[in-house]
Amino acid sequence: MAGVPAGAIDCDIHPSVPSVAALMPYLEDHWREQVTIRGIDELNSISYPLNSPLTCRPDWRPATGRPAASIEMVRAQALDPFATSIAIANCLYGIQLLFSEDMAAAFARAVNDWMAREWLDREPRLRASIVVPIQNAEMAVDEINRCAADKRFVQVLLLVMGDTPLGRRHHWPIYAAAEKHGLAIGIHAGSAYHNPPTPVGWPSYYTEDYVGQAQAFQTQLTSLICEGVFTKFPNLKVVMLESGFTWLPAHLWRLTKYWRGLRMEIPWVDRAPGDIVRSNVRFSLQPVDGPPDQASLLKLFDHMQSDDLLLFSTDYPHNQFAGLSAMPDGLPPALVRKIAIENPRATYARLLETVQ
Amino acid sequence: MNELRAQAAPDAPATSRIAIADGDIHPARSGARDFHPWLSKRWQDHIDQYGAPSRHGWQVGPAYPKSQPNASRRDAYPPEGGRPGSSLSFMQHQHLDTNNVALGILNPLGSGQGVQNPALSAALCHATNEWQLAEWTSKDSRLRASVVVPYEDAIASAAEIRRYADNPSFVQVLLLSRTAEPLGSRKYWPIYEAAAEAGMPVGVHAFGYGGNPVTPGGWPSYYIEEMTGHSQCQQAGLTSLVMEGVFERWPTLKMIMIEAGFAWAPPLAWRLDKHFHTLRSEAPHLTRLPSEYMRDQVWWTTQPMEEPEPRAHLQDSIDWIGWDKLIFATDYPHWDFDDPAQALPLRISEQQRADFFLGNARKVYRGCA
Repeated sequence: MAGVPAGAIDCDIHPSVPSVAALMPYLEDHWREQVTIRGIDELNSISYPLNSPLTCRPDWRPATGRPAASIEMVRAQALDPFATSIAIANCLYGIQLLFSEDMAAAFARAVNDWMAREWLDREPRLRASIVVPIQNAEMAVDEINRCAADKRFVQVLLLVMGDTPLGRRHHWPIYAAAEKHGLAIGIHAGSAYHNPPTPVGWPSYYTEDYVGQAQAFQTQLTSLICEGVFTKFPNLKVVMLESGFTWLPAHLWRLTKYWRGLRMEIPWVDRAPGDIVRSNVRFSLQPVDGPPDQASLLKLFDHMQSDDLLLFSTDYPHNQFAGLSAMPDGLPPALVRKIAIENPRATYARLLETVQ
Repeated sequence: MNELRAQAAPDAPATSRIAIADGDIHPARSGARDFHPWLSKRWQDHIDQYGAPSRHGWQVGPAYPKSQPNASRRDAYPPEGGRPGSSLSFMQHQHLDTNNVALGILNPLGSGQGVQNPALSAALCHATNEWQLAEWTSKDSRLRASVVVPYEDAIASAAEIRRYADNPSFVQVLLLSRTAEPLGSRKYWPIYEAAAEAGMPVGVHAFGYGGNPVTPGGWPSYYIEEMTGHSQCQQAGLTSLVMEGVFERWPTLKMIMIEAGFAWAPPLAWRLDKHFHTLRSEAPHLTRLPSEYMRDQVWWTTQPMEEPEPRAHLQDSIDWIGWDKLIFATDYPHWDFDDPAQALPLRISEQQRADFFLGNARKVYRGCA
């Protein structure tokens, strides 16, 4: 079992929208008609090309259609084998890429309603994140408020690369709404592709795009801290999803050095960046972009200086590990239990309301 | 970092300190006219009338206001006047002699790199190279120059490298990190070919303006974000160099990542290896693991040194990178200068200390052994 304890809480799985046809019953009349009349395509971004070896593990890939597109697949592949007690569904449908705010809001409503009816109603182990039209904070807040009454939504889902850095003040109404409702903010790998996916332009290879997600997470962590999001919203929990985490110690060393030298520019940041991360920011486990040897991985965990930071995830159906080896070997049992169960429960306030 | 702290007395004998290399010294012009001896009237007039903008919006100054005037130490202003870094005699007195610098690498900034007009960029870069010879390396044998190239025009850059290929004063090619396209892009390949041919390492210094938002999620608000973000820009550039096969194609090419820290390198290598393994089919042109190219062909200058608490974590980080891969640098005369007397508070062997402060630099820069 590679050390995943029974009852683990899987904080990052990806049920797929099988096709836009599945959303049609949940779209309002105007948008249903638009899809038909205009021949609007599937909103699948280039972050996960359908047939790339990373997008779906070979033994999880269905003969036809999209991975993780049915509740039977998710039960048989993601929930039952790991004896998962709860799994949080983060639907990666390219709503954040749309240029029309109205269209983004309409598709976000459809995806969230589809998620509640087709997944949450049918599988009690599932929880979900609220997809929002990040293009317009007011509309995003409306969607959060609309979905928040359903306690099975435990998080607001954003992508790590959008039009403007996530710490920027025009995003703050989203954080205020999340904090008010006890929702975490989940920031997932992926881009709106409105900016080049690297700070030095468009890369040639998909591998660069995927590896580069970690740099995007680093800059967003910088932005959230420097803009003062956690000063303004001290109870907010931000979860970096499919971010990797082995970059965190080195990034905090650098950010802290500059904070010491430049804090006059951001006087509202009155705690060291590492302290802020330890109180407010969490990271999903997979992918473990770890050093090849166990001794170095243990050193790296030591460098993280906290056992509270990691939340168990399989990143199902993405191809990050073989078999059931979702937990790195050699971690102390107490840490494994924290990652698998205690840290997720401490992070997602709503899990305590809905799990006995 | 921005407070004045007691310095060793400048008059203390240099021999009391270990001899060091400095892989990142910034000589400055005292004024625009310093380049005139090597700049045609046409370009002098052009700059006078239109300036030399470099893909950001201000006529004068950087995109993000710095934390100090000229981004410089407050004690680095030469007594005879002029900008910090513009006086060789004061640099000798304050830095080269006092800190016992045996090998100092000049990395001129604000030269002409990344200037929008490509012909002006090339003219300014050439003037910068002649100026380094006339005003710096010919007057102090400890100093070595970088071939400053107009990297967005790789053909002109390669010609500039070949112009100095036989001149021992030039020991590396200098690029800035924030390019218009990722560093491994084919557009830049003539630069790597000429550098490999000349036996010069290619240094990539933080900064530059490529015209892209400086984060992949858009423009941040603060200078601290820009400064911290240099490491992400360098990670993207290095990822591109690996994936495009630049190291595979030029196996003798050496790259030096300058002024963006180094502790990010091991996690980047681990992540590249992991996902390269999964996505192997995309890059059949690579015959080795990404981490192997990095281990054999990439070096890092140290400033600004990461400062974890406890410091032993830094030791782990350098163990992962390799004690032969770091080149000490101060960034003189800039505000975030790392003082060699305080920069490496670790218990390490004499050999490690000697390599870190001088030996590695002697091996990596052309003709400095």
